[in-house]
Amino acid sequence: MTLVNESVNRTEVRKKYCRFKKMGIKYIDYKDASFLLKFVNEQGKLLPRRLTGTSLKYQRKVSQAVKRSRHLGLMPYVTDSLK
Amino acid sequence: MSLKQYETVFILTPVLSDQQMKDTALKFKQYLLDQGAKIVNEESWGLKKLAYTIDHKNTGFYHLLQFEADPQLIKTFEVEFRRDERVMRFLTVSLDKYALAYSKKRKNGEFKKSVKEEASV
Repeated sequence: MTLVNESVNRTEVRKKYCRFKKMGIKYIDYKDASFLLKFVNEQGKLLPRRLTGTSLKYQRKVSQAVKRSRHLGLMPYVTDSLK
Repeated sequence: MSLKQYETVFILTPVLSDQQMKDTALKFKQYLLDQGAKIVNEESWGLKKLAYTIDHKNTGFYHLLQFEADPQLIKTFEVEFRRDERVMRFLTVSLDKYALAYSKKRKNGEFKKSVKEEASV
């Protein structure tokens, strides 16, 4: 008896989407640190697009906003326990 | 020459007294007014904790000024910040049309969490 690959149920795999496109957000505010926290990991580093699903256009804006926010001391450059 | 909208956030050192802090914020506002800029919005966020130490301080007075000015003015305005040792950090950004729409909403308090006090005067 040969091994037969059984079909895997992939219906639970949800497609990623860009939250800015979906919600119609045009401007990412660097003053809103609590919102920007969604785009960084525990160490305060930016999360890659492949994890957040953000489109390139908005990823650039996110990164710009996070950098501005860091400059103003609203977000840390480096840390250990952000979440 | 066209005018552009800008937004400046600056952080004053926490060693100032309440009155000194207000005077300093007023000084920068007055500077803009003297140079013919138009103040659109101003906010004082009060004493806030910094995410990391700046100049050996852990807190600072945050102020925000939104104004309409000639792009030439920004350079001299930022020099004023650099000269003033009461200013720990500052950031000036120009606002595009989406940012303008956003800041208008923000000013009208359409965001739930933004608790704002108008800076006195």
